[in-house]
Amino acid sequence: MFETFILLLDSTVRLSTPLLLACLAGLYSERAGIVDIGLEGKMLGAAFGAGAVGYLSGNAWVGLMAGIGVSVGLALIHGFASITNRGNQIVSGVAINFLAAGLTALLGQSWFNQGGRTPTLSQGGRFQNIELPFAEALRDVPVIGPIYSELLSGHNILVYAAFAAVPLTWWVLFRTRFGLRLRAVGENPAAVDTAGISVVWLRYRAVIVCGMLCGLAGSYLSIAQSAGFIVNMTAGKGFIALAALIFAKWRPGYAMFACLLFGFLDALAIRLQGQELPGIGEIPVQFFQALPYILTVILLAGFIGKAVPPKAAGVPYLKERT
Amino acid sequence: MKKLFAMSAAASVMLACASALAADIQPAVLYDLGGKFDKSFNEAAHSGAQRFLEDTGIEYRDFELQNDSQREQALRNFARRGMNPIVAIGFSQANAVEKVAAEYPDTQFAIVDMVVDLPNVRSIVFKEHEGSYIVGMLAAMASETGKVGFVGGMDIPLIRKFACGYKQGVLAVNADAEVFQNMTGTTGAAWNDPVKGGELAKSQFDRGADVVYHAAGATGIGVLQAAADAGKLGIGVDSNQNGLHPGSVLSSMIKRVDVAVYQAFDDAKNDNWTSGFEVLGLAEGGVDWALDENNAALVTEEMKAAVAQAKNQIISGEIVVHDYMSDQNCPF
Repeated sequence: MFETFILLLDSTVRLSTPLLLACLAGLYSERAGIVDIGLEGKMLGAAFGAGAVGYLSGNAWVGLMAGIGVSVGLALIHGFASITNRGNQIVSGVAINFLAAGLTALLGQSWFNQGGRTPTLSQGGRFQNIELPFAEALRDVPVIGPIYSELLSGHNILVYAAFAAVPLTWWVLFRTRFGLRLRAVGENPAAVDTAGISVVWLRYRAVIVCGMLCGLAGSYLSIAQSAGFIVNMTAGKGFIALAALIFAKWRPGYAMFACLLFGFLDALAIRLQGQELPGIGEIPVQFFQALPYILTVILLAGFIGKAVPPKAAGVPYLKERT
Repeated sequence: MKKLFAMSAAASVMLACASALAADIQPAVLYDLGGKFDKSFNEAAHSGAQRFLEDTGIEYRDFELQNDSQREQALRNFARRGMNPIVAIGFSQANAVEKVAAEYPDTQFAIVDMVVDLPNVRSIVFKEHEGSYIVGMLAAMASETGKVGFVGGMDIPLIRKFACGYKQGVLAVNADAEVFQNMTGTTGAAWNDPVKGGELAKSQFDRGADVVYHAAGATGIGVLQAAADAGKLGIGVDSNQNGLHPGSVLSSMIKRVDVAVYQAFDDAKNDNWTSGFEVLGLAEGGVDWALDENNAALVTEEMKAAVAQAKNQIISGEIVVHDYMSDQNCPF
């Protein structure tokens, strides 16, 4: 039983990693006042970039760089439309999603001729799982053994990076000058401007950080979790990450727990499928597949408290004398 | 005016010549969701059509669906452009074929995996349970833990038919064996979700399974990947997938959709077209298991002998493999 639970948590970690990275990406962007509905598209673009370059180069790191590059490129398009040209951020974000969905399938088809999919990556083109030191030796120690060797050890480097990004994000946002200014520009850009700091440059930096994190999230999907890009492989994860961001009230720590919860529900649905529960019997598969959505609705409706977005989120900043 | 008339007459003669030259057929294939390069079901259909092209030089048209609403539209487009015969791949095409075939009674249609009862439709179904029984035996013989897994795509009777035959085959070898069954989902997206397929396979490995059979289209790529990553064995489906991860794919349950497509094209070309009902099982070579250099080391002489015997017994009727779709129930 205990071991089953550990394996369930292990699967939770794998499934929540892309959500967490995308959620933190959205956090930077929205905290700076740029609503980002294009997380999904950026992840998809990154997954394709990483998958394609990872396959061609046979090197996971080169693939990762390509993934981040594509994602930052898309983020800059979003930035150009919504910061420089003060366009509607929702429309621009939706455009990014469409652009990524169409372009990845088209380029994938014309480059690899496999219906938009990249060929299966070689071992070198993927991030391998890392065994932490002493994981094998500690495996048989009760309680700590399984926790250490199953749950903590044996993930790929992007998983560790995602969880390390949580305290890092907290530190950057709440303990550095850059973070203070970034939050201020999302609440009251006029005050930041009055202090002689460029609103535009700050917001661009936030959008670039968002692109980098989305790049990690997308690359995780195609070159760490699976071995290649598949058409529309993000399957709505960007939107779930966006929901998690609201659910977490735009705070890094809460974001981690929200993503872990959603990942846990996903893992639970997979594990409990077709298994008898003591006293209840077998629960239909459909129930477990719907459970994450049901719980999200319940949680959002009743127990979340009040989610207050950054005050200037979605509002383009216009200097008075221009 | 006269000149114009002459010109149009000449044009119509030329047109007539062109159509006489192309008295050959204009075949078309409509793939199911998952796309023609799913390395599995649709790819088998694609390779059949491709082989026909190479053998005869007759071009075919094909279309890959992006969503369910395109089925009818695509079929009607083919029919309107004079494509004949039109082969629809997958059980989900049934409603669309039924509708469009009635609208174009002079066009020949074929549907794989489903029965449409119209005078101009050839329905081709396979005895997947027989092939699944054979790979089930292989799985049970290769398993060291006595536990094996099955990952299905969309939860539909057709896929349960695979699962049930597989289970019967496993139990025939080892009556104490445990078979874990998982379905990926209940919508068309379940054919194209390798990440979920991989997670399902991992969950079965965690419970002790060491061989996993998938019947899940492109989702199965993730299943086989997970098996290869974990050092376990996978079993492919529809196409020969042994080469995807040489040494980690025990075998593949081959469903000769390629033969069905090729046959349909060829019959139309030779004016041998027959409509009606076609069932392809082990006896007809419609289903089989794959043995090639990629999995030769995994299959022992003993296993070969056992499945060869079972195959003969199924063909002779000595072993009856239960067909889930006959009573919507799996007795095992």
